[in-house]
Amino acid sequence: MTVMDKVDTTTPEVVLRTSAEERRATIIGVVLMALAAVVMGIFAFGVPPDASSTFNMSLPTDSIQGVAWTFNSRIFSAVAGVLIFALGADRLRRRNLKRTNLALGIGLLLFVLALLAWAAADSSFSLVGMLRSTVISSIVITLGALTGLTCERAGVINIGIEGQLLTGAFVAVILSSAFGTWAGVAGAMLVGALLGALLAWLAIRFSVDQIIAGVVINILAVGLTSFLASRVLAEAQDLNAPARVTSIRIPLLADIPVIGPMFFDHTFFVYVTFILVVALHIGFFRTRWGLRARAVGEHPKAADTLGIDVLKVRYRNVIGAGLIAGFGGAFLALAQISRFEENMTGGIGFIGLAAMIFGRWLPFGALAAGLVFGFSGALAQKVGILGTGIPSEFMLMLPYVATVIVVAGLVGHARAPAADGQPYIKQ
Amino acid sequence: MTDTRAPESEATPPPERSPLMDRATGIGTSVARSLLLPTLAVVTALIIGAFIIAFSDIEILRLLFDDPGAAFGQMVAEVSAAYRALFRGSVGSVNALSESLFAATPLILAGLGVALGFRAGLFNIGAQGQMLMGGLAATYVGIYVSLPGIVHIPLTLLAGLAGGMIWGGLAGLLKARTGAHEVITTIMGNFIAVFFMQWILTTPGLQDPGRNNPVSAELAETARLPRLFGADYRVTIGLLIAIAFVFVVHWLLYRSSIGFEFRAVGSNPSAGRYAGMNVAVVVTLAMALAGGLAGMAGANQVMGLEPYKASPALAGAVGFDAITVALLGRSNPIGVLWASLLFGALAAGGREMQGAAQVPIDLVVVLQALIVIFVAAPGMIRTIYRVKGPDEKPTQLTTGWGS
Repeated sequence: MTVMDKVDTTTPEVVLRTSAEERRATIIGVVLMALAAVVMGIFAFGVPPDASSTFNMSLPTDSIQGVAWTFNSRIFSAVAGVLIFALGADRLRRRNLKRTNLALGIGLLLFVLALLAWAAADSSFSLVGMLRSTVISSIVITLGALTGLTCERAGVINIGIEGQLLTGAFVAVILSSAFGTWAGVAGAMLVGALLGALLAWLAIRFSVDQIIAGVVINILAVGLTSFLASRVLAEAQDLNAPARVTSIRIPLLADIPVIGPMFFDHTFFVYVTFILVVALHIGFFRTRWGLRARAVGEHPKAADTLGIDVLKVRYRNVIGAGLIAGFGGAFLALAQISRFEENMTGGIGFIGLAAMIFGRWLPFGALAAGLVFGFSGALAQKVGILGTGIPSEFMLMLPYVATVIVVAGLVGHARAPAADGQPYIKQ
Repeated sequence: MTDTRAPESEATPPPERSPLMDRATGIGTSVARSLLLPTLAVVTALIIGAFIIAFSDIEILRLLFDDPGAAFGQMVAEVSAAYRALFRGSVGSVNALSESLFAATPLILAGLGVALGFRAGLFNIGAQGQMLMGGLAATYVGIYVSLPGIVHIPLTLLAGLAGGMIWGGLAGLLKARTGAHEVITTIMGNFIAVFFMQWILTTPGLQDPGRNNPVSAELAETARLPRLFGADYRVTIGLLIAIAFVFVVHWLLYRSSIGFEFRAVGSNPSAGRYAGMNVAVVVTLAMALAGGLAGMAGANQVMGLEPYKASPALAGAVGFDAITVALLGRSNPIGVLWASLLFGALAAGGREMQGAAQVPIDLVVVLQALIVIFVAAPGMIRTIYRVKGPDEKPTQLTTGWGS
């Protein structure tokens, strides 16, 4: 519920909701029309009439080579512009209010394709390369979102994910440099769980406001890792040189064009993340543990009455979620960047939280949202390389702006677990 | 238990007000008592910090296996050198005191911003971005307007206020209109503001001529804050302005009707709504004012600090320290003032510690986080030191995604 939704509770709720959805449809209709204007004015008529764009569909390492798609840039963008305009006009007619999100999604996708065609005018662009880096950049975000939802399904808000990722990355780099990759991963997971335990202890034992506890954990993580980095890593450079984690090519599946390089040629971190999404889905919705955890997050008092130990469930979920966050930190430090830098997480834990909200506290939702945010990151990176005249700073803003748009509910409202963030005191 | 509590409830007649008001404002408790827990929190944080210093020196750790006695001696020597430098750099000389006050100045303003947000039930983590936007607006006015100092300085500060208000108010508006949680929008606002600064400070007209990195030209002489105690000491009249705002915010929160609405909505939005308050306006205005205070802290960083130029790093760590300041000050303006003085001293001492004892200044961030943990969880300190006190009720300062 938002502040605005609650303004007048005397009006029948049905009427209020319809008008709110109508207002949203109007806003999104206008947004789509504006996007169509940009596509037409800049992307279609900003390129020479005979310019052609090429999207490469294979990577240099692929077994099937030379798959590419070449087309006239202006015609492509013009068609996209007309389609976006039509979608916007349809929204303004306010029919089929339920399809507003779908229209927005398609509109944004067309907009991005037109942007790419414009950026790649008279040159080529590796579409598959971008999709592959979408998957890679989505992993930490997805793991962050899974951490968040594992805590919040049990009613504990975890703002400290950022700190858990950062500390996990730090420990992973040192232990991996000293004792090998597995020690790094294990150490990162352990320290993630440790910070989870600290959060749970502050929130449950001392009833500290959960958001404050999480923020303080983030500050502690930044301070501690920066302090130790300049004291230990600066002295012993060999501790900041973890071995590179190699990709595992899945036979046959990796040879499929487009899909293969996107999903089946990655480090083990990526596969584990996919398995974790499925496992958490089954865990939360098909097992006794999941039912209990959700009961604790929705109505702790009722759960307590039925004999569930509310505090124990919360401790267990928050500490277990810390393992996931630590694993994410290890991925960031060992597979994605391969060294530790101060503040290397750069807000990605918070983007993970937004992905959790966007994914409606569902594991598969977290994965899908992670891919959307990962796409915005990959887009920023690749379009920046193409050199379009858009200042690179604006491209770098993209994932953060996308996050604001998502939590501002342009893509619809989601409902948090009812007891999310509320301390439970046994009567 | 009952013995210690009974005289207190007699001293403060309205029983429904006393426990919460006591803890929030410190009113109704004796000075010694209200200082006991924070003092113990600082001491405990320093003790933990000593262990962190001792056990993070690789040389000493290697020695620990060969000659534990000598290693232990070196640890004690290193910790005492670090803490002596911390003390010397914060209060050890007149110049150290000036440096502490100088570091406290932006903390007071930004900390007031975060505290004001807390009072209205909003967790403003965006002081960092609001400082940048305020600093940017102040830079424009400081470079392009030419006026005598007596008018130029207030005008430049007001520009900082306006810049921060816009950035903070945006997050408030999003919260009021769509329910987007301010924790996420303000954090994202911090990153967006940094990238925006990196871009706009390279545009002609703002960039320092002859530079190719994002640094602005220098402010006009008339827009610079004069130093309080002569050219040798860096503390400026910004300190007096910040202290004046402590009282302005105190008056606003506890004596004005809009402040009453802030606090009413902050403690119970539904009750505020039924009392006829426009929650959307209150939320937007509170975030805007919180941002404005942080924006003035940003203005202070370009107006009061050599070389009087704006850069994307102008906020330093002040925006984040502001959160710990507000938490340590229990969101009370007077408390924010004391907390800022403490953390300003830690920052000034931390520089000396880094320079003289080669202990990285990041330790100060760790100390701040530990102090806030102990202050936010008084039960922990009570357990460690076996201090008796009233039962702690959970404080719910912030709201989750759902509400």
